[in-house]
Amino acid sequence: MTTGLRHRLAERGVDRVLLLLVPAVLTLVLLFLYPMLYGVGLSLQPRTGGLLDNYRAFFADPYQSGTIGKTMRLALPAALINVGASVPIAYRLRGRFRGRRLLTAILVLPVTLGTVLVADGLLRYLGPKGWFNRVLMAIGLVDEPVRLIYNYWGVLFSLVITGFPFAFLLVLSYMSGIDPTLERAAATLGAGPWERVRRITLPLLAPGLATTFVLAFVLAFSVFPSANLVGEPANETRVMAIAAYDAAFEKYDYSMASTVAVLMGVFELVVIALVLLWRGRLYTGSTGGKGA
Amino acid sequence: MSHSGVLPGKLRGGFRELRMEGVTRRFGQAVALDRLDLTIEGGEFLALLGPSGCGKSTALNCLAGLLPLSDGGIWLDDERIDGLPPERRGFGMVFQNYALFPHLSVRRNVGFGLAVRRLPKAEIARRVDEALALVELSEHAGKLPGQLSGGQQQRVAIARAVVLRPRLVLMDEPLSNLDAKLRLQMRTEIRRLHQSLGLTTVYVTHDQEEALALADRIVVLRGGLVEQVGSPEEVYTYPANTYVAGFMGYRNLLDLPVAAHDGARVILAEPGMRLTGLAQRGGRAGGARAVAAVRPHDFRLGSGRDNALQVRVEVVEFHGREVAAEGVTETGRVVHVRLPERVAPGDRIDLTVPVERVLVYPVDGPAADLGEVPE
Repeated sequence: MTTGLRHRLAERGVDRVLLLLVPAVLTLVLLFLYPMLYGVGLSLQPRTGGLLDNYRAFFADPYQSGTIGKTMRLALPAALINVGASVPIAYRLRGRFRGRRLLTAILVLPVTLGTVLVADGLLRYLGPKGWFNRVLMAIGLVDEPVRLIYNYWGVLFSLVITGFPFAFLLVLSYMSGIDPTLERAAATLGAGPWERVRRITLPLLAPGLATTFVLAFVLAFSVFPSANLVGEPANETRVMAIAAYDAAFEKYDYSMASTVAVLMGVFELVVIALVLLWRGRLYTGSTGGKGA
Repeated sequence: MSHSGVLPGKLRGGFRELRMEGVTRRFGQAVALDRLDLTIEGGEFLALLGPSGCGKSTALNCLAGLLPLSDGGIWLDDERIDGLPPERRGFGMVFQNYALFPHLSVRRNVGFGLAVRRLPKAEIARRVDEALALVELSEHAGKLPGQLSGGQQQRVAIARAVVLRPRLVLMDEPLSNLDAKLRLQMRTEIRRLHQSLGLTTVYVTHDQEEALALADRIVVLRGGLVEQVGSPEEVYTYPANTYVAGFMGYRNLLDLPVAAHDGARVILAEPGMRLTGLAQRGGRAGGARAVAAVRPHDFRLGSGRDNALQVRVEVVEFHGREVAAEGVTETGRVVHVRLPERVAPGDRIDLTVPVERVLVYPVDGPAADLGEVPE
């Protein structure tokens, strides 16, 4: 290769450092791209009928198409709660104070627990004989145990417990990226605590919240273990992942299972696209602080 | 609604005096500000001067309400204000890093305080326009702060603070992030605004030149304590002690044996050096040793009757009309001089200095501990 050509390529960012991308690209193609395209292909080859018959069948059967709404009803509130609860806590925990690391560690602990362990704990704690119901009855708030497991609420609790740490860590890092002087400046200009949050912190945080919401949503959307363990997998919490599992391992219809999986991806992408579209209208530049 | 704009001379809600009494701020064991007593008169331009860590920013933040006091109180005329949160004090503040809201346009940055006060839209627009015209940024009103240069950002920050017609404007090293040329320009700008708007300004800086140029009164701080309060003229001409002298450009602080007293005159001498100066701080400098403070500018080539020293030139810097030279005396003492004549390293030169330009202070503690001594 001539030196001149090498310089011209380097100007466009083409040099030997690019080789560092090879392992990642190979992994992506072999372990993600190919299986995904294979799945799409599979979904277009139903046991009987034409190219799109699987998709038609899915939407024609309310027991199947109903899973979309059920999954959304779990994933959207779970993501909203996780992001929403992270904001005030991260707001309080930004900056330095003694014990911050310990507190952060405690808040992040649920990440290390498996979904199954959390589900097991929930079954005992929220069950009819669990502490939660016993306390409610002892103080006379209810006469008989509240049903919080083997239904929608059990799954939602589980999603919040396991999903919160991710959302919190992300929001905390976005929050730390906002220069605290901005709020001080707002205070000297006459803005009280709530005005400062509303006019300065939240607008600067919003793009980060959108990103966090997307990730929290994706995490919750593919819920499977908790929907089975603490939910009502035959009915109220029959989410898309369960529909796909049923198709694949109960009916051995891999083509239909692939169809459900593809549709999961499509609906996730629709929500993500909407959120990112909204995010695109926000200010996303520097927030003045460290990090971010 | 009010008919007056930003420009008219007297401010509404002006005050006679702001008193800080025994204002103390501790951070753990460290005392950042130690019983500061200070009275700021309405309309005054006051500079808090000192190196980093001297407590000047702490004092400003206490005034603004951004830091609670550990002890003491702040009164605005008869109203005690140190318990008020910053948003209820009605002071404007300009921050070192400008602290412009990055997601709001210049116009909405400047109008922020007015919008928070829920003033009518038309009045906000009019006052913002006036403030922007004042700092000559009208054509940038629609831009985001990130699209402006440093100097423009600083002008937005100033407009944002003064558009509220604050009772007091606090400025925390507002020029330190600007380059030298812009700094001079903005300095004039700040003084002009102060005068034309009839503001009361407290200005924090580590740059003695800035303080001298801008302020009506200077407070020199060190380690949380006040070293001297006075007009620029007083502080510059008669520094209260060697610390202030060092800060005011008396780069030579020579700790010498006292040879004789003659009224206010003190004669200091050691081999290769004889200095006669005026005893400061009222009386004569007692003790066997004293510190002579001399500005590099005040040395002349030649031999005088009262003052004479011989140095060997070590380092020479070219400064255009003059040279800055570092010389060493017979006893190994380093002397900084500025001379219109050209000298070269290795030269042996005779220096003299007028008696009235040598200030003699008693030896008191470490005076040289100034960090970077400005010249």
